[in-house]
Amino acid sequence: MATETAETPPAPPPVSAVPGAPDGAMSGASAAAAEIERRATLKRWLLSAPALIVIIGCGMMPLLIILAYSWTKPAEYAGVIWKFQPDAWVNVLFQEDIFSDALSPNWAYYSIYLRSVLIALQTTVLALIVGFPTAYFIATREERSRNAWLFLITIPFWSNLLIRIYAIMMIIRDEGYLNHALLALGLIDQPVPIIFTNYALSYGLIYAYLPLMVMPLYASLEKLDFRLVEAGYDLYASRWKVLWHVIVPLVKPGIVSGSILVFIPAIGDYIIAQILGGGNRMMLGNLIAQQFGTARNWPQGSALALTLMAVVMVALVVYATKTQRRRAA
Amino acid sequence: MTAVADSRGGRSVAAPSRPKGRTFNVKTMPGFAVMAWFCVVALYTPIAVLVAYSFNDNNAAVIWTQFSIRWYGIALHDDEIRDAALLSLRVAFIASLFATTFATMAAIATTRVPNYRGLTFIYAVINQPLMVPEIVTGIATIVFFGLIRQATGIYGIGYLITAHVVFCIPFAYLPIRARLEDMDRTYETAAADLYATPWKAFRHVTFPLLVPGILGGAMLAFLVSLDDVVISVLVAGPGETTLPLYVVSQIKRGITPELNAMATMFLCASVILATTFFLLTRRKAR
Amino acid sequence: MRFQDGAELTGLPAVEAKNVTKTFGAGPDAVVALDNVSVTIGQNEFFTLLGPSGCGKTTLLRLIAGFEMPTAGSILLEGQEVAHLPPFKRPVNTVFQSYALFPHLTVAQNIGFGLKMLGRRRAVVEEAVTQMLKLVRMEPMRNRKVHQLSGGQQQRVALARALAPHPKVLLLDEPLSALDLKLRKEMQIELKRLQLETGITFIFVTHDQEEALTMSDRIAVMSRGKILQIGTAAEIYEHPVDRFVADFIGETNFIEAEVTQRIGNKGEIRLPSGIEVPRELGHQVAVGGKVTLAIRPERIDLVRPGAECQLAGKVENIVYFGTDTHFHIDLDCGGDVTVRVQNRRGHQDILKTGDAVGLRIAPEAMQVLKD
Repeated sequence: MATETAETPPAPPPVSAVPGAPDGAMSGASAAAAEIERRATLKRWLLSAPALIVIIGCGMMPLLIILAYSWTKPAEYAGVIWKFQPDAWVNVLFQEDIFSDALSPNWAYYSIYLRSVLIALQTTVLALIVGFPTAYFIATREERSRNAWLFLITIPFWSNLLIRIYAIMMIIRDEGYLNHALLALGLIDQPVPIIFTNYALSYGLIYAYLPLMVMPLYASLEKLDFRLVEAGYDLYASRWKVLWHVIVPLVKPGIVSGSILVFIPAIGDYIIAQILGGGNRMMLGNLIAQQFGTARNWPQGSALALTLMAVVMVALVVYATKTQRRRAA
Repeated sequence: MTAVADSRGGRSVAAPSRPKGRTFNVKTMPGFAVMAWFCVVALYTPIAVLVAYSFNDNNAAVIWTQFSIRWYGIALHDDEIRDAALLSLRVAFIASLFATTFATMAAIATTRVPNYRGLTFIYAVINQPLMVPEIVTGIATIVFFGLIRQATGIYGIGYLITAHVVFCIPFAYLPIRARLEDMDRTYETAAADLYATPWKAFRHVTFPLLVPGILGGAMLAFLVSLDDVVISVLVAGPGETTLPLYVVSQIKRGITPELNAMATMFLCASVILATTFFLLTRRKAR
Repeated sequence: MRFQDGAELTGLPAVEAKNVTKTFGAGPDAVVALDNVSVTIGQNEFFTLLGPSGCGKTTLLRLIAGFEMPTAGSILLEGQEVAHLPPFKRPVNTVFQSYALFPHLTVAQNIGFGLKMLGRRRAVVEEAVTQMLKLVRMEPMRNRKVHQLSGGQQQRVALARALAPHPKVLLLDEPLSALDLKLRKEMQIELKRLQLETGITFIFVTHDQEEALTMSDRIAVMSRGKILQIGTAAEIYEHPVDRFVADFIGETNFIEAEVTQRIGNKGEIRLPSGIEVPRELGHQVAVGGKVTLAIRPERIDLVRPGAECQLAGKVENIVYFGTDTHFHIDLDCGGDVTVRVQNRRGHQDILKTGDAVGLRIAPEAMQVLKD
């Protein structure tokens, strides 16, 4: 039961910078209200403090430090030498010829960037193709079975990612269950190399993050007003036309959400590429880890990591503006 | 074609005769049901295979001989596995404890409140760990902790736990916030009307109603910590092998059947925790 | 200030609002919910704040309860300034429109909540809870959870919970709006009984004028953040001060008239039909100026055309209501009027549409309205 009038107060009037400072327009009651509001704000800041300290201290500070590191020289084994050297950033895009100092495009890195972006995009698109019908189907079920379906789709997501990838690995590797079965059935003579291919990597990524596509799509589709779909049919649209011209535009927010939620972990992936991709199919995540491992080039790793973060931030900003605009409209 | 309803509530004449065959349903799309089922099957097949083969008696993990649970016995007695499991549980427990406490405090400070100076900032900071790719967080954290180790000389599992707390906070925060938002403010107003000071109102009204959300947040944080791979791989020191790290190292060393068994048990644990979380945070019909 | 039975106010008023203003927001979007409102409510009164949605009545209630602070002005409880006090420090309790019963507590725990927060001993709390359960006749529900109760039962628990700490003032924010008609009528009687039995000052908020008229000792009619009139039910109904009050309460006919004579407070006004009538006038109106008259439909008698009457017209429409009949009359001088005639001798078919009639109205029935 809502109260009769929507008389909840919006933001309180601006408080003068110095508490207690005279403000001609405010009466005594108003100043007291401002004081109470100020104390409430202080209390809220204090309550948030532990979380803020932990996250800023151990989450954001480290980012600033690697930002600093990215401008330094790599040390022998680990760590850096505190001398200014922009090489790491240059190497993100270019490589220096050892002899002539001329700059040329860093093709080695480019192929890794390209693979990361392409695989992430591929994953997103495939997740959309599989996830959309699934989400649609679930959204059009009866109330009871709907919950069961959601449960079914979500639980694998919360179970350990590593174990699930391990399971895939067990199936598709050369000595794995799939090849073994195919051999036993006499369908092939030799094991089919599936693991360590782009397909394996793609499959692993979709497998891991599909629920992240399904959930926002489901949320959007659940709110879909099917009367609009009926109107589409009424106006001579076929099933596919209705899908493309009526349903898809209406659930765009869900599509965008799901795509972003899949793209971001996909492009920053490290562990799936390592297990299913092997050493050959390096993604940006592996490259970064390598800089802190065998390559012993911390500044380089830092620069690459920050580049990855920049890409993700851009994607997030795009997402945020798209959703904001929708809300404003 | 007319349906005549008897004013005394009698029966009506039958509806117009339908053409044989399926009737048009606005909501169905061809092939979508197939895709949905395919999706579920594809999601669960690898898991099912894994679980099935964990009961395989054979040494060579791939060839099926007979049903047996001996690998479970071996896995449970394996010291390495046991140590890894205990460590994972310890880290997850401590991390989720801190994360949930901090997250609860932050949720109370940021939910159902009129906009105040810094609210957006706090909210952005709390969600920050979710927005950075794990590999970036991981390497930044090693660097940072390395510096601190150098400066203070302190070693130990605290570093790993702290790293976990950082990404657990947003996971604990979101369900608590959701539960708090669902709560009608009128309850606290009524409590204040009935002479409860803000602290008493929290203790006797807000908190009891918030408990399912807090438990849900704790469960989620625990789960996320237990499952973490990337950050643990990078930040964990020697001897700090969590269960996922053990699996990773085993994959490199070689697949053994007891790994399958252990993986299945781990999976079951995750599923149980996730199910509990699902049930706890199910939105009650209003 | 007098009560219904004419007794003078003794002792301190239970609640006093002095020049209270409440503004929400700032700048051009600011909403003035209460505009310089003043009202005095006596001990043991059943006082009602009546008005349409958005008139400020709930805001005023919340200011008294302490959920908001006034932008200007003061709120006094028994002479003490309380505007700066938080709600848990005011001896005032509220029955919320949504009841706001704590879902995790039983009925008994809900009722005892206030006393528990005040730190009373458990025995005292138990005793009070038992008493309250008896008062609202909910004893068998003692250990039930809130969601197991019907709407009417929840209402009574909300009432008991607010009464248990025996506050000085009980605030009721449209508590009956969620109930069906029959239950509502029962609760109205119940509330009245409780108020008389407990002797607590009740401040009741509603938009239902019938509810206000039947239950209240005094009513304050509000609109757009201002109090238009305070008085007993009879005062407000028979002598509304302005058009809004006249229109809001019951049915009214409005007739324009012109001032023809004026000596001090008394004067003569000319009706559109030309007849002149002596009436008391307020200060503002000068000779030649226009005034609006409010005339209740039941105060008009229908007479034969040609007999002594103040207005004349033709019957335009007749509506039979069982207990009475409404006649819509088209006036000869323009405009129309509704006349209500009680069917004391049953349905009579004397008049038909189109018949000419005369309307006899006593001068006292013509209320001169403020502009």
